[in-house]
Amino acid sequence: MLTFTIRRLVLAVPTLLFISLVIFMLLEFAPGDPMAQVPLTVPPEVKEKMREALGLGQPIHIRFWKWIVQFFWIEPQVLIDYYFGTSFSEGKLRVISWQTRSPVMDIVVQRIPQTLWVVGTAYVVAIIIALPIGIYSAYRQYSWFDQLGTFVSMVGFSVPPFFSGVLVIVIFSVQLGWFPSIYDTTLVVDSWDSFVKQLQQMIMPVMVLALQITAQLSRFMRASMLDNLNQDYVRTARAKGLSEYVVVMVHVLRNSMIPVVTVIALGIPAIFGGAIITEQVFKVNGIGQLLIGAIQANDLPMVQTLTFIFAVLIVLFNLIADVLYGILDPRIRYD
Amino acid sequence: MTELSKTQTTLNQPEPTKPPRSQWLDVWDQFKTHKGAMMGGILFILIVAGVYLGPFIWDIDATQIDIRSRNQGPSWAHPFGTDQLGRDLLARMMAGGATSVSVGITAMLLALFLGSFIGVLAGFFKRLDGPLMRLTDLFLALPLLPLLLVMMLLFREPLNAAFGLEQGIFILIVSAIGITSWMPTARIVRGDVLALKEREFVLAARSIGTTNSKLITRHILPNVLSPIMVSATLGIATAIITESALSFLGLGFPPDFPTWGRLLFDGVDYLQQYPERVIWPGLAISLTVLSVNYLGDGLRDALDPRIRGR
Amino acid sequence: MKVKALLLGAIASTAMAPMAMAERGSDGNVNIIYWQAPSILNPFLSGGTKDGDASAIILEPLARYNQDGELVPFLTTEIPTVSNGGVSEDLTQITWKIAPGIKWSDGSAFTSADVKFTADYCMHPEGGCAQLTKFDGVQSVETPDDMTVVVTFDKPTPFPYGPFVGGESPILQKAQFENCMGAKAPECTAENFGPIGTGPFVVTEFKPNDVITYAANENYRDPNKPAFATVTFKGGGDATAAGRAVMETGEFDYAWNLQLAPEVIAQMQEGGKGTPIAGFGPLVERIMLNQTNPSPDLPEGERSTAKHPHPFLQDPAVYKAMSLAIDRPLLVEIGYGQAGAVTCNWVPAPAAVNSTTFSCDTQDIAGANKLLDDAGIVDTNGDGVREKDGVPLKVVYQTSTNAVRQDFQALIKEWWSQIGIETELRNINASVFFGGDPGSPDTFQKFYADVEMYANTFNGTDPQSYLGNGICDKAPRPETQWQGENISRFCNEEFDALHAELTQTADADKRAEIARRLNDIMVENGGMIPLVHRGRLSAHANTLGGVVLNVWDSEMWNIADWHRKTGS
Repeated sequence: MLTFTIRRLVLAVPTLLFISLVIFMLLEFAPGDPMAQVPLTVPPEVKEKMREALGLGQPIHIRFWKWIVQFFWIEPQVLIDYYFGTSFSEGKLRVISWQTRSPVMDIVVQRIPQTLWVVGTAYVVAIIIALPIGIYSAYRQYSWFDQLGTFVSMVGFSVPPFFSGVLVIVIFSVQLGWFPSIYDTTLVVDSWDSFVKQLQQMIMPVMVLALQITAQLSRFMRASMLDNLNQDYVRTARAKGLSEYVVVMVHVLRNSMIPVVTVIALGIPAIFGGAIITEQVFKVNGIGQLLIGAIQANDLPMVQTLTFIFAVLIVLFNLIADVLYGILDPRIRYD
Repeated sequence: MTELSKTQTTLNQPEPTKPPRSQWLDVWDQFKTHKGAMMGGILFILIVAGVYLGPFIWDIDATQIDIRSRNQGPSWAHPFGTDQLGRDLLARMMAGGATSVSVGITAMLLALFLGSFIGVLAGFFKRLDGPLMRLTDLFLALPLLPLLLVMMLLFREPLNAAFGLEQGIFILIVSAIGITSWMPTARIVRGDVLALKEREFVLAARSIGTTNSKLITRHILPNVLSPIMVSATLGIATAIITESALSFLGLGFPPDFPTWGRLLFDGVDYLQQYPERVIWPGLAISLTVLSVNYLGDGLRDALDPRIRGR
Repeated sequence: MKVKALLLGAIASTAMAPMAMAERGSDGNVNIIYWQAPSILNPFLSGGTKDGDASAIILEPLARYNQDGELVPFLTTEIPTVSNGGVSEDLTQITWKIAPGIKWSDGSAFTSADVKFTADYCMHPEGGCAQLTKFDGVQSVETPDDMTVVVTFDKPTPFPYGPFVGGESPILQKAQFENCMGAKAPECTAENFGPIGTGPFVVTEFKPNDVITYAANENYRDPNKPAFATVTFKGGGDATAAGRAVMETGEFDYAWNLQLAPEVIAQMQEGGKGTPIAGFGPLVERIMLNQTNPSPDLPEGERSTAKHPHPFLQDPAVYKAMSLAIDRPLLVEIGYGQAGAVTCNWVPAPAAVNSTTFSCDTQDIAGANKLLDDAGIVDTNGDGVREKDGVPLKVVYQTSTNAVRQDFQALIKEWWSQIGIETELRNINASVFFGGDPGSPDTFQKFYADVEMYANTFNGTDPQSYLGNGICDKAPRPETQWQGENISRFCNEEFDALHAELTQTADADKRAEIARRLNDIMVENGGMIPLVHRGRLSAHANTLGGVVLNVWDSEMWNIADWHRKTGS
């Protein structure tokens, strides 16, 4: 397993470079213009000058190379400088966003806390709720609990966040006035009061997101449990006189985790990627909102950097999932 | 699997008294006893009939504007009310449903097919695992919106020329949704296949000389059916909602084609004044997804010989 | 203190002057929400309104337009004119006198060197300055002494109030931006995110594309202002949520540009916490008529160019009938409510240049049909679509994706079908449609459609350069990489000659008259079908006083006067 992990990690480097090239070409090829949001009152000659100032006049391969150097060589230096107070990166040009003319990574670092707070919490909440629901629904298939769980999760999944988000805002912010409708990203949690405030503003986005994730996870958990509950080894385990709890929670659960692990592993990069629509609805200015804003403004360095970070996370977590398969089911061998 | 179930049947009945029944008859018998599946199936047929045959009975045109009767609540003339331009909402729901249901199901089938195919191949053949999974990583990493913009740029005109405006965009949207949503299915199916192919029954089948293709279709695929079914039900909902996101970004159907997703999106602003505008499309999407879900549940149970025997 | 007197006058005229001058910073915090988030606080590096407004809280120009479009001195003693000797007789020079005692927020004195520096900064060839047009024709900026700025133009300039006037052209501090000229401009993150200004507030924290917090400027010229101690300027989300936060939940005090259906605004207003306010600039929603043939059968490079005139859209009967068939009051009612008005003109504001030649506020389907019948454009093959010289009147109608525009498309398609014109609708993602990517077939400049709808406007009050958008050689074409402002490829000799005359004319009344005639030529000859004169609709909390919506300058132009109303 260790050699497998190392081999995969080494292979990840060319994979990621290739992915970054594909993303770059895709963005290059997509129609769009960083000047699209500049008002029509600015004449085309001026827009052309502004484009040149952004470095758009240079050929594609030079811009790609520049990005590679900036991202893989200069940005790590900035990080080292930040931690050790050195000055390797001084005077070197970092990845600069076209919208803000400031380093992309600074903005990303600024946005990550919001996304982790909201989307991360939603994920944790969803996993905590979804797994028991999935397990119990499968164990008592077609009981009223299972039927209710199915109904709620399917309805929850089929209602898009642009609707459920606005619905909870209208109910809890406008009608009842319990929670703020706009997330305050300047809030600093340093006391009990501010913590309560943070909780209040998080409840609605977390609720909306967790509903979606719970629905998805609990369905996979249930289906996978159902597959395993009728297997021969379960009968054997029961025949051995193991308690029902041990049979279900140890033997069946462990064998049912593979699809669930896959779904969770696919979901973790999405936490960092943020939930675009939910963030937009609740004005949680996290990574998702940053990405959609950058795409709309055709801020290519920003989009490129963000998608590349997601790509790294995707490759990494899919690798972790593969390793976990081997632990959950030792029969799975990669080498 | 079928061998297995046949042996079981033979064991239970020492002397065959009836002629052997076809496998599909057994499946149908089991399916019939599943109440949820029957209800889901009936509901699904009703929805499909409603959106495709409904317009023959309720023959108001979905794009016909009657500005004098705009923003009306439900009445006999307009059972679902009218929208801000006085268009009949019932007619729009039917027209929208025809688009949404066909986009949802076609895109789901496409994603499912791609996902299962790649997942099974990657899980089963060790040599394909690496390249195919890296391809999956690539697709997972691609930003959706620029990808769609590029697809629109490249294929819209040729498809419109080849299939006409409506068909061309339909194909484009279905393939756009299909090729951007197969990856989770592929990862899930692969994970299950990796575990399955080490099971004893696969070894047994292999040892009696079963070819790979037989092994996959008869032994592997039936056993990964349940995650595929879950992906299918979730996939329909995702496809219908993605389509609405596409239209509101200006990448979907032309603005005069209603779809459920867009009706829902347009209605959200009027949530407080005219709640029925969001209730109808929201309900329609939920019911479709629910019915497909129960249908999938029943189908899965019916296809599982271990349950069928009971 | 003439500045203050004038400022006070402007406020008094709106009858909102607080009776007792409050102390600086006594009214706490004011919350502003923009549904587009500001990315940068240097308006020279971004043309976006959101960025301009966010920086207008900090940076100020020498003079601003007030809510009536009149110039008001901000950092100077008076507005230079020919009559007070500030503008030279030959119209090539304007002399600004800086008001004494003005300080930057860091305490240093504001001098003419800063003004000159700002011009150099923007006019630097590598800087990519978004407001370069403000400095069009500027030959030199001289500073005879610390309090005087002399701008010399290379030719007589009848309207010399481009540089340093209005929210788009504020003054930057020389000491701060000295090392940020030209290609270095984008590297100056700290400067671009926290410019030092003369305005009522200073930045305390800037989170790009998210939120800005400001605090009152200790060195602001009026010791009693601003009334608020801090400002929170939140960006992002959508117009509905912004309106809701001000008018329904009361979380915010000011929401910008609420482009929402009138019914939605009315519903929000019932929340009772805020009031919508509207103001009208020259923004017009119009349908541009392609004068050239956009047929996909033509080879690439000739499509939508002057080589192939449009088969029927240049026929007066056709475009007049198309215009007659439109019920403009209904469009206003459905799409814009109190933020819209019927217009038949390309330039409906300022009032002096609004032509009264046309009237178009009644729909006349029968009249439109008769017009087409009389011109011999009839349906010859019985398919319900008229033909002109064998070409059926089928049009592709494109616009950007936006709920109101799609409603307009549906309505207009319906009306045109009643006069025998078949319409195919197309909506395009706004960032592609308004982007200038020459590789995309969907940009509004390329105009691969017969008609397209969008809105356009101009800054300030002088329409000269805006009217220049109708000049023949400004048409986008392959040779110009499809750049150009004459979107409909309108070409009319009389128009071009008259516009040349406008650039030579100094007298205000005469200029207005020429502008009206240019407007008439454009509309009469079918360059466009104006639909709706669009206003800007913002909303403020009922407890927020001093708000004066200004469409000629930044909406934040008088934030120094904003205050918390007591007892309401």
